[in-house]
Amino acid sequence: MSARTSVEKQAEPIEGSRFFGRLWRGRVVVVTALCVVVVLALSVLGILAGSSSLSFSDVVVTLLGGGTSGQELIVFDLRLPRVVGGVAVGAALGLAGALTQTFARNPLATPDILGVTSGAALGAVAAIVLAGGSYSVAAGLLSLGLPAVAAIGALLTAAVVYGLAWRGGVDSYRLILIGIGATAALGGITSYLIARAQITEAAAAAQWLVGSLSGISWASVWPVLVVLLVVTPIAVLQSSSLDISQLGDDLSTGLGVAVQRHRVVVIMCAVLLTAAAVSASGPIEFVAFVAPQIARRMARTGRPPLLASALMGAVIVVGGDALVRGVLPGEVPVGIITAIIGAPYLIWLLTRRKERESYA
Amino acid sequence: MTATSVPQAASPTAGAPALEARGVTLSYEKTSIFENLDLRIEEGEVTTLIGANGSGKSTLLKAFGRLLVPSAGSMELGGQPLRSLPTRAVAKQLAILPQKPVTPSATTVRDLVSRGRHPHQSLFQPWTPSDSRVVNESLAATGLSELADRDTASLSGGQLQRAWIALVLAQQSPIILLDEPTTFLDLSHQLDVLRLVRSINRERGATVVMVLHDLTLAGRYSDRLVVVGEGKVIADGKPWEVLTPEVLRRAFDLEALVIADPTSGSPLIVPVDPDDHRIELGT
Repeated sequence: MSARTSVEKQAEPIEGSRFFGRLWRGRVVVVTALCVVVVLALSVLGILAGSSSLSFSDVVVTLLGGGTSGQELIVFDLRLPRVVGGVAVGAALGLAGALTQTFARNPLATPDILGVTSGAALGAVAAIVLAGGSYSVAAGLLSLGLPAVAAIGALLTAAVVYGLAWRGGVDSYRLILIGIGATAALGGITSYLIARAQITEAAAAAQWLVGSLSGISWASVWPVLVVLLVVTPIAVLQSSSLDISQLGDDLSTGLGVAVQRHRVVVIMCAVLLTAAAVSASGPIEFVAFVAPQIARRMARTGRPPLLASALMGAVIVVGGDALVRGVLPGEVPVGIITAIIGAPYLIWLLTRRKERESYA
Repeated sequence: MTATSVPQAASPTAGAPALEARGVTLSYEKTSIFENLDLRIEEGEVTTLIGANGSGKSTLLKAFGRLLVPSAGSMELGGQPLRSLPTRAVAKQLAILPQKPVTPSATTVRDLVSRGRHPHQSLFQPWTPSDSRVVNESLAATGLSELADRDTASLSGGQLQRAWIALVLAQQSPIILLDEPTTFLDLSHQLDVLRLVRSINRERGATVVMVLHDLTLAGRYSDRLVVVGEGKVIADGKPWEVLTPEVLRRAFDLEALVIADPTSGSPLIVPVDPDDHRIELGT
């Protein structure tokens, strides 16, 4: 008993902060709050920025219902869906990336490796090319049928990849390898379709494949918002299991995590989020990969913080889109900006990864 | 106890062994490792599974820890089939430290050990001061209080192994399974870990089942040794009953002398190399 009493003498002086320390490290809260502020600021900027200049007061007046019909068209039907869509798509990609990187225990694992993106791309490109229409038809499809086709392609591919990876349970390493294989195969078919297509269709397909918010409308924004609202709470409820799963499958099982069930839930969340986002905007590159890593580095956590990663994704997409609309000449798709920012970051991360990171 | 006090009612599973394998067949893919195996792990003992490489001792431990589901037969915990119990409920009874847990990045020792509280927490039962107390006790028991706020990446092999054991202790389960807890440690740190295991058994009354490679240390720190090989239990009993030259020859294909360790009195295995002729055997 003497051993026990000596232990109790070392009682910790900071019980309260330990409680919050477990759930919400102070830094995570700060980073999350900061992201919210930046997202809001960029959204305002996004509504203001554009080819026909509206003043801040014009926008406010229009939002409050006092604008002309022309102003209402620009604010409610063009800019607002684009900004809200950008936030939703970015958040979906950021959260999906955080989930994928966490369950795979690998910062290089993005939802792309689940086959979702390549499936969506094949679906969309097939719809554009095989529909055989002109660019305007493809643009029409973009706002109506194309997201649905892309979503079907995404979900089907994810299901096939998961099914092939299943062997009495899914091992994340095996899942990644099969996902990479599926991505390569589907990418090949997509390229084949583009090579065979008419020039206008090929251009429309290429435009879609870069990822852009320019064709987005309320019709394609709503599904992303709904998926986001449904999936985010489910994903957040997996937080503690995600923490435990960092210790490996065996120890997670020992600690009472139903590993396979947890993994199915996490993968399904990531697949739905990615499918919804990619269907709405095309594959906006590197967001799912970069956002969680930036959030993790800012928050100094062992794994990407979920909500901060989602918000960081929104910051990147809405910020990137504001940049292409407000600063760059012509209509550059936002996916190009995120790739230009993301690729060097990937290289930097790869070169840095040799060193052991430590945030103690 | 006063005359009016009622003796505590026996639990329905009293008398049942802590863990039991009943007619268990264990296999990877199509290769079967054990067939129709029966083994009881008695409560309050330190039982060590030994055997040659590939004999299936870790496989058996994994099956006891529900990491591997038997293709036939059943694994029972306190008389109930493991498979019928919710995994979180099992985690309160049974902790397992696998051979190669993954060290998470950017995690302090305290954070790591705190994860041992997972089975005791839920959405409606978040972190409480008693969880913190258990974590502190576990850190103290493993001598890690001073290192609690260090990053796990900065720990030495011996410290990290103690951190993993602290995590398992924080789980507060009456049964603890350890898969080769001394691997990669030098002899003095192996002793540290095994002394820790013994104190966990003696002071907390924990039932310990572990896999060890070092036969002498296994004999010294175990109440009971189970030798596996050839797809079955070759020998089972107290260290002196099990660690005989015949068993060692059969299980490990090893010629060895078994003498009494002058410090502990437990069996000391001295492997015999036929190239050494300095001592005449048996004289």
